[in-house]
Amino acid sequence: MHIGKLIILSIFITIFLAGCDSRYLILNPQGAVAQKEYHLIIFSIFLCAIVVIPVLGLLVYIVLRYRDKPGNKAPYRPDWDDSKRLEFIWWGIPIIIIGILGFATAKTTYDLVDPPKKDVKPLTIEVTSLDWKWLFQYPDQNIATVNYVEIPKDVPVQFVLTSDAPMNSFWVPQLGGQLYTMPGMAMGLWLQADRKGEYFGSGANFTGEGFAHMNFKVKSTSTKEFNQWVKQVKETAPALTKADYNSLAKQGLSLEKSYSTIPKGLFQEIVIKNGGQYYSQHHHMKNEDMKTMNVASDEQTHTQHEHQEGGK
Amino acid sequence: MLDKLKDFSSRFFVTGEPMIYGADVAILLTLAGIIFVLTYLKKWKWLWREWLTTVDHKKIGIMYMLSSLLMLFRGGVDALLMRIQLAFPQWHFLDSNHYNEIFTTHGTIMILFMAMPLMFAFFNIVVPLQIGARDVAYPFLNAVSFWLFFFGAMLFNLSFVIGGSPDAGWLSYPPLSGMQFSPGPGQDFYIWGIQISGIGSLASGINFIMTILKMRAPGMKLMHMPLFTWSVLASCIIIIFAFPVLTVTLALLFIDRFFDGHLFTMTGGGNPMMYINLIWMWGHPEVYIVVLPAFGIFSEIVATFSQKKIFGYKSMVFSMMIISVLSYFTWVHHFFTMGAGANVNVFFAITTMAIGIPTGVKVFNWLFTMFRGRIQMTQPMLWTIAFIPCFVVGGATGVMLSAAPADYQYHNSYFLVAHFHQVLIGGVVFGFFAGLYYWWPKMFGFKLNDRLGKWAFWTWNIGFYVCFMPQYALGFMGMTRRIYTYDFDMGWGPLNVISTVGAFFMGIGFIFQAWQILHGIKYGERDVTGDPWNGRTLEWSIPSPPPHYNFAVIPTVTGQDAWWTIKEERKKKKAKETAVFSPIHMPKNSGIPFIMSVFWFIAGFGLTFHWVWMAIFGLTGVGACLLARSFQYNSDYYIPVDEIRHTEDSVGRVG
Ligand code: HEM
Ligand SMILES: [Cu+2]
Ligand SMILES: [Cu+2]
Repeated sequence: MHIGKLIILSIFITIFLAGCDSRYLILNPQGAVAQKEYHLIIFSIFLCAIVVIPVLGLLVYIVLRYRDKPGNKAPYRPDWDDSKRLEFIWWGIPIIIIGILGFATAKTTYDLVDPPKKDVKPLTIEVTSLDWKWLFQYPDQNIATVNYVEIPKDVPVQFVLTSDAPMNSFWVPQLGGQLYTMPGMAMGLWLQADRKGEYFGSGANFTGEGFAHMNFKVKSTSTKEFNQWVKQVKETAPALTKADYNSLAKQGLSLEKSYSTIPKGLFQEIVIKNGGQYYSQHHHMKNEDMKTMNVASDEQTHTQHEHQEGGK
Repeated sequence: MLDKLKDFSSRFFVTGEPMIYGADVAILLTLAGIIFVLTYLKKWKWLWREWLTTVDHKKIGIMYMLSSLLMLFRGGVDALLMRIQLAFPQWHFLDSNHYNEIFTTHGTIMILFMAMPLMFAFFNIVVPLQIGARDVAYPFLNAVSFWLFFFGAMLFNLSFVIGGSPDAGWLSYPPLSGMQFSPGPGQDFYIWGIQISGIGSLASGINFIMTILKMRAPGMKLMHMPLFTWSVLASCIIIIFAFPVLTVTLALLFIDRFFDGHLFTMTGGGNPMMYINLIWMWGHPEVYIVVLPAFGIFSEIVATFSQKKIFGYKSMVFSMMIISVLSYFTWVHHFFTMGAGANVNVFFAITTMAIGIPTGVKVFNWLFTMFRGRIQMTQPMLWTIAFIPCFVVGGATGVMLSAAPADYQYHNSYFLVAHFHQVLIGGVVFGFFAGLYYWWPKMFGFKLNDRLGKWAFWTWNIGFYVCFMPQYALGFMGMTRRIYTYDFDMGWGPLNVISTVGAFFMGIGFIFQAWQILHGIKYGERDVTGDPWNGRTLEWSIPSPPPHYNFAVIPTVTGQDAWWTIKEERKKKKAKETAVFSPIHMPKNSGIPFIMSVFWFIAGFGLTFHWVWMAIFGLTGVGACLLARSFQYNSDYYIPVDEIRHTEDSVGRVG
């Protein structure tokens, strides 16, 4: 038993040490969503360890003890091939463990559907993955950025995701898990930063030649700083025109950019142009929803990890 | 005219890469060498008569094996090239396009043209022998399957030097794989290479189900079958339901590309999510198709070398059958992040975890087969013992991935890459290696050298952990898959270098194995007993290599471990039974499978380049072959008793 304990201990120490190393992004969650996912990860590691470690121990023991060596005194029963009691145990234990993990998984999945905080008015950011860059539009602030986003800390942010290029996946590991960006569809993903800081974001679903360069920065600041930044963008940055967008949408890389205004309805246009209208006809999006698609801020209409259209 | 030709050939042939020119030269030299040797030794006739037209399941199995080892080499070189690039991301060893092509061909080749055919090699070589049959149910169809696989694989590999390789990932998600984003012929090579070999796989699935259900020796009830045969049955059941899905999916993708169908693009009313669902409805069962036979192999080996009956036979059979059913209900775990909604994700998370239960049970049964046995550390057993910890850990990370919200953080990261390589290498590849070492003496009549085998074993194993354990950590560090370069300040550099070192260790392991085979051909210890391991199942009751009719007299089976029982009885009675031979009914060789597959290849090439005339020509040829076959009445013959007696005599076996 000593050895087992030691191994468990050393696994936790390793994880703990690795967790201290800030480069292990997933083990260093910086927001409520990532935090919940992190807890599930640790819990699942723990449950798996309960099975894996004894099995490995048993393997070592059996292989050492039952070697075919002359003079081996261990029992040899060439016809012993059945034991109801043993089989009961090893059907039973995995069932219990999977039951527990399944329960935890379900709980976390449903938890993540709602915004991490319900008493704060959320911020909406519309994200478009392009070849090979990210466009972020702030519908309420009427500004836009490319390849970086700024968000206020402690405010739930609803990212509404689409793509005007092959499917990608929007991922900021320290704030929470990813969700696909798909042409013609608008998906809602809740994230939130609990601290000030700068976080690494990337595209996680392969989109061709420039894919490896589709990283972006997420900067979280205080609400005051955020408002200042919005003001500054409004005052200093150029406006985003349709022509600007069309050249952004062409294949190629881009530096970080800011825009002081956005063309009205650009995001919906992108969704519809890529087939959003068919999607609404054939699938779950109702026509009323289409008109008010850009209403992510009036809460509850949207759920994380659900096609926005379907979230009722 | 000349300009036109130049322009055409610069598009037709892949140009501009010194490495590709090198490969061109190597391919031409190899071809020339092969042609020269065959001509010089006057072996063309022999090649045609003994191999290209054979319908003998053992020879077909050997051809499957050789082709898949070749593909393992190509896929392995691909892997090393990628690993070099990732260790030194600033060197520009590979550019983005080249890297993308390589991971796509690596993944496709490893799964479809390495793992699948190696698995079919075992189906072919082992199943008829284990159930006491003289061939498979449909020997002609079996040859068709092999040649379709072979020419499908050739078509796919051709893209390396002609037209350009596919580069949209091994599952080719649209819209990226559509005409708009992948205009070249690469995607069509992908579609037709897989389609053509896929037809062969489906036919094999049907063939082996019928073989197992209909061709068993008298007395062998289903619950008397060796576990490997059971695993083949389970795997084939999955094949016949899963492969049609693949065929239809790729056909639809081709309709999108060729006829501008918009089935998988939103503009025009299609939906890419439909493709992703369909391809994984095949893709997830596919991994169980290849891993179940590996489980079967381990079950045979564990019992043989623990010198003990397999523990919990019934629950082994039961768990394989549950796995083959459950494997259809988990596909969504490959895209929890596509946002199907909480209910859907929870359902598929739990079905996925549930598959872990029967899999875990199998591990316990293997362990308790060794328990109270006497374990012999032979080469097949070494790989089996190495498989257990590797697969247990790989399975555990699979369970971790199946917790949907956790997967939002692992998806498409190196954590995933590490996981699937751990189960594919630790499960499938180790399993097939174990099988190769185990059945090698049966196939070829000689054993493989132990010392070289130990070197191969340790380099592969150490290499494996050095290569893939760091990748779990890289996943936690946020490194996504399919990237050819990354910034130094992410801190991913050192672990990538370590991982690359591990990959090279595995490469060295492969060289040891190739050496081992060559060494064996020259010096290998001959197996004259036919039963070098003191085996338990019927394949060990006949000479190595088996005569082409396998069993001079079909054995009668009374229970599990048929050969073991026969040996026990012989010990007791001591009296020798005298065998009474009667003429043996056998299928005749045929050139049609080969020729028909050549026409399929031509059709596939035409479809790839959208040259309709060529496609029509090829398909007409296929039709003509089918017609020719249906008028062939004289397709079997009898081996006379004298010849049987003579053959048995020559291996010292006359009853
Ligand atoms: C022998 C050692 C192997 C090494 C070093 C290796 C290495 C790699 C690397 C570097 C990648 C690309 C990762 C990326 O950029 O996303 C990859 C992808 C992949 N490998 Fe392997 N691999 C090996 C064996 C295998 C085997 C045996 C199989 C299957 C039986 C396999 C199946 C795959 C698949 C399906 C992919 C994904 C391709 C894609 O992203 O489209 N690999 N491997
Ligand atoms: Cu969608
Ligand atoms: Cu799967």
